[in-house]
Amino acid sequence: MSGKLTLSPVFEALNRAARERILILDGAMGTQIQTLGLDEGDFTGTSSGQSLRHRTEHPQKGNNDLLSLTQPKVIEEIHYKFAMAGAEIVETNTFSSTTIAQADYGLQAAVHDLNVAGAQAARRAMDRATAEDGKPRYVAGALGPTNRTASISPDVNDPGFRAISFDGLRVAYLEQATALIEGGVDLLLIETIFDTLNAKAAIFACGQAMQAHGRQLPLMISGTITDASGRTLSGQTPTAFWYSVSHARPWTVGLNCALGAEAMRPHLSEISGVADTLVCAYPNAGLPNAFGQYDEGPEDTAQQVAEFAREGLVNVVGGCCGTTPEHIRAIAEAVAEHSPRKVPEYA
Amino acid sequence: MPERLLRLSGLEPFVLTSDIPFVNVGERTNVTGSARFRKLIKERDYATALEVARDQVENGAQIIDINMDEGLIDSKAVMVEFLNLLAAEPDIARVPIMLDSSKWEVIEAGLQCVQGKSVVNSISLKEGEEQFRHHAGLCLAYGAAVVVMAFDESGQADTFERKTEICARAYKILTEEIGFPPEDIIFDPNIFAIATGIEEHNNYGVDFIEAARWIRQNLPHAHISGGVSNLSFSFRGNEPVREAMHAVFLYHAIQAGMDMGIVNAGQLAVYDQIDAELREACEDVVLNRRDDATERLLEIAEKYRGEAGGPKREKDLSWREFSVEKRLEHALVNGIVEYVEADTEEARLQATRPLDVIEGPLMAGMNVVGDLFGAGKMFLPQVVKSARVMKQAVAVLLPYMEEEKRLNGGSDRETAGKVLMATVKGDVHDIGKNIVGVVLACNNYEVIDLGVMVPSQKILEVAREQNVDAIGLSGLITPSLDEMVHVASEMEREGFNIPLLIGGATTSKTHTAVKISPQYQKNTAIYVTDASRAVGVVSSLLSPSQQKAYIENIRAEYLDVAERHERSEAAKKRLPLADARANALKLDWAGFAAHTPSFTGTRIIDDWNLQDIARYIDWTPFFQTWEMKGVYPRILDDEKQGEAARALFAEAQEMLARIIDGNWFRPRAVVGFWPANSVGDDIRLYTGEDRTETLTMLHTLRQQVWKRGNRPNVALSDFVAPEGAGPDYVGGFVVTAGPEESEIATRFERANDDYSSIMVKALADRFAEAMAEMLHERVRRELWGYAPDENLGNADLIAERYDGIRPAPGYPAQPDHTEKLTLFNLLDATNATGVELTESMAMWPGSSVSGFYIGHPEAYYFGVAKVEEDQVRDYATRKGMSLKETERWLAPILNYIRKDAVA
Repeated sequence: MSGKLTLSPVFEALNRAARERILILDGAMGTQIQTLGLDEGDFTGTSSGQSLRHRTEHPQKGNNDLLSLTQPKVIEEIHYKFAMAGAEIVETNTFSSTTIAQADYGLQAAVHDLNVAGAQAARRAMDRATAEDGKPRYVAGALGPTNRTASISPDVNDPGFRAISFDGLRVAYLEQATALIEGGVDLLLIETIFDTLNAKAAIFACGQAMQAHGRQLPLMISGTITDASGRTLSGQTPTAFWYSVSHARPWTVGLNCALGAEAMRPHLSEISGVADTLVCAYPNAGLPNAFGQYDEGPEDTAQQVAEFAREGLVNVVGGCCGTTPEHIRAIAEAVAEHSPRKVPEYA
Repeated sequence: MPERLLRLSGLEPFVLTSDIPFVNVGERTNVTGSARFRKLIKERDYATALEVARDQVENGAQIIDINMDEGLIDSKAVMVEFLNLLAAEPDIARVPIMLDSSKWEVIEAGLQCVQGKSVVNSISLKEGEEQFRHHAGLCLAYGAAVVVMAFDESGQADTFERKTEICARAYKILTEEIGFPPEDIIFDPNIFAIATGIEEHNNYGVDFIEAARWIRQNLPHAHISGGVSNLSFSFRGNEPVREAMHAVFLYHAIQAGMDMGIVNAGQLAVYDQIDAELREACEDVVLNRRDDATERLLEIAEKYRGEAGGPKREKDLSWREFSVEKRLEHALVNGIVEYVEADTEEARLQATRPLDVIEGPLMAGMNVVGDLFGAGKMFLPQVVKSARVMKQAVAVLLPYMEEEKRLNGGSDRETAGKVLMATVKGDVHDIGKNIVGVVLACNNYEVIDLGVMVPSQKILEVAREQNVDAIGLSGLITPSLDEMVHVASEMEREGFNIPLLIGGATTSKTHTAVKISPQYQKNTAIYVTDASRAVGVVSSLLSPSQQKAYIENIRAEYLDVAERHERSEAAKKRLPLADARANALKLDWAGFAAHTPSFTGTRIIDDWNLQDIARYIDWTPFFQTWEMKGVYPRILDDEKQGEAARALFAEAQEMLARIIDGNWFRPRAVVGFWPANSVGDDIRLYTGEDRTETLTMLHTLRQQVWKRGNRPNVALSDFVAPEGAGPDYVGGFVVTAGPEESEIATRFERANDDYSSIMVKALADRFAEAMAEMLHERVRRELWGYAPDENLGNADLIAERYDGIRPAPGYPAQPDHTEKLTLFNLLDATNATGVELTESMAMWPGSSVSGFYIGHPEAYYFGVAKVEEDQVRDYATRKGMSLKETERWLAPILNYIRKDAVA
């Protein structure tokens, strides 16, 4: 399904930049939102911001993606701060904007609007930042893993049971990817993959959305390894993971989230050793402390990410949970002196 | 430089590299190829059907072919069901899958179930180019390699010309129009039956082999596969001849470039070992070398009919029929104690000397265990069980060995080395150390275990007397860290030159590198992550050939770790104490009225019921004790450790039942509440409700780390109402599972059952923690009573979804262990419960828990983390303790170098 489409023009600009330097991705949206201490009224837009046209009985506090609709200024401002801190690619606030994930909030009907608004908020922020300093910036439409697993049964007593099918995921991701493209994203980013089968459904859907759009967008694929065993939640080794998604011919493949940069290093190194495409890494700000907070400082995270760069493992870096604009600024400064990883080419 | 190789995956990757001459695709999970599998699927006996798949993987199949094409089976539904079940079996799912069906809808349903990169078997030009493109495009979108049959609109290709023409056409469409990676294309140029008596069939073997050669030369990166059993169809019922034909055919086809095939590996003759006459006759038919080849093979075929086919595999249950050596090995690997005494006795009667049994079959068996453990194929609980079998076997031999020694003064048995193990002074925790000891002993190290609370003098004395090869130190509480530094500096001072191993829950590579290693430069101090690493570390350290390089590597690594630590510490900004206090947590005391506890003073709680306590057990840390990382109950289904975890859990339940039925533990507890108000960073407890006379002061420490945003710098005193803001209270408690645990554990040890000994201790620890949880609930609902209506399940309790906290001295929120002394005095805890404090402020018995109760709904756990000298001076003054002593107790959290630090 790929290969036959015209490439989107951003490919050229991105590839040129990636040959010259290590590119910078943004940091955690959730962490920034948390510091604002928004309440239910802020989330639904009834006490401040823009009120929601979709009806639901569910409480919305914690539905971060919803803020793209109800507090678009707030989201735009966070994107803008990351951009000014050095991020060249920012992720839309759409991690959970699928019908599957929004079911928890009763907002399946809002999915189209969430993705379009999420893409637009990021785009506005990037345009402002670029107007200010002239640096080109890109918007990556984020597709999260959802809260279901296509290859693992949630029921211990019934290992053959599946709470979601490949096709259920494909349909949900297709709706999301189509809306993200409509909202004007430059790239698509399938991230925090803990079950590769979910990711394969997302890849399939992104392929269909691009086909309908008539243009191929750069695709970023990012897995997460949370186990000390060094495997994805669904049990794959990093190399097996890459083989399973390589058919997407992604612009980047890599890892995010998980246990912080230090724990990520060996797995990243493994992927970097086998992937014949660009490699992207955006770890958490260390391990959460006993209270679930991330307290690794910008310099610490930056130092470890710089270590990835020094070893020639990465082409794109950024931050996940717990990382702030200060982290991104520190990371950007720390990797500036290092050359990007060389993508191995076929003999 | 990457090459264009076929790369597939299950849970693990598979790459068809040039050093793999031939990929064996398992064919037993194919209903068209295996009558047994067909029957199992028809009867929906999926458990046994999965066993068939597992057997194939265990026997070396690198890919397994799954085919459900049968008229009476709903192939699509069964394919989905079977693949979903298979995904839950990590030992099968680790290999890639070949989805085999003649129906596209079955293949597509299968593609939607597998997370790895699989192989579709097959697509073809049979229904024209449009359909072929459609299917190939979908294979690409799902991410699968593909088998392409040499089949087109006019039928299956039989001759060399047809085969090569169709394959070339398919290749062109795939690579040029679809963009299919050529290395993901596998051609099946059709293997047909030969020696059928029909002349046109005679050249089919040659046609296949030559087509394979042509494809490899002309269609770059593509692969060749085929179903071999078709070839010998006309010799059905004559297995020896069929096997010989297959072996001969593969021998030539592989040389021509065939690199994959669906073959029953268990039934394949070895080319070189085929009877020369039969081999030549087979070669004649396969290569079509003479006109009468078929007749000649038919003639001699009769001679071989009736011979058994390939060798039969032995059944696992028959291990009692093995030789005594193999029986011992089997018992060791599988941890079976039932027959070990009889088998050991039998081996002893056969041996010249009893020692030969240890050095021969028993050590051989333990080496197998060691290898399996090293390869990650056995888990710790299983190894400890093996050790139990070993110990019982040795116990049988010991009297004979002593007798022999007495008679002729024989020498001690050779060991791999002598390791002294000890839990350092002031610490009583030894489960981890015992596990390491068992693992080392299993690997033929002689372990001298000095037990717990061992002063450094004693350690060094025994080490010198016994001439040990290494010393291992263990500790769980933070003061033990300093004690280890002390032992290291003493070793240096006394001129020791043997490795020092450091392990235990609070130890770390960083601490070892920063604090311990610099004190001991004569040899090396090395941090051992967990018991599974102990053998590797010790053997490298003691090996004359590896020693030097290994120690140099560690030195270099630790220097690096120490430098990095220093840099990152320097980067952490600390606030002056005054600023930290200014940023204290400010709770709204005006809107708060503390609930009055049902009593003040202390009360002994003795109405414990073991059965009730057991319900409050948090099992996750139990698995951690056994070095199995994962969250209960998820760990029971973990792909790697699930089986071992389930076995361990079942045995824990068994032991738990014995403990409860036998009333083995006699738990005790004491709890108290006092009127209290905070005064700055301290908490004043009063003798009475009039709050005029001070009973005692609790001292707390404040976070000095620089905080982002508006997060406060907290101290525990922030959670208690300050003087003048209204009445508040603080509680305290000590619980213990009782001292019986250590007596029972010792009894098991004496019976050579380390496994049960460790199990009892691990469970006693869980009991104490469960008691603390249970008592806290009772405090909230009844004794203090501020949450009478609380009703939480165990998961919510474990997740601490309730109001109030129970911080313990020595833990992150109050890292000063000496506050335990105040707590014990307040509660008269030693008289009330029998729990004593050691000189390092560890509680004995080890399975005890203590802490304070703070009731404010917004109180939370936090870590004080590193503190500056200004606070330590202030704290020492408040406590009335010398600066030097305060610094000693707070050593692990000092953010500065002590003036009197050991040079």
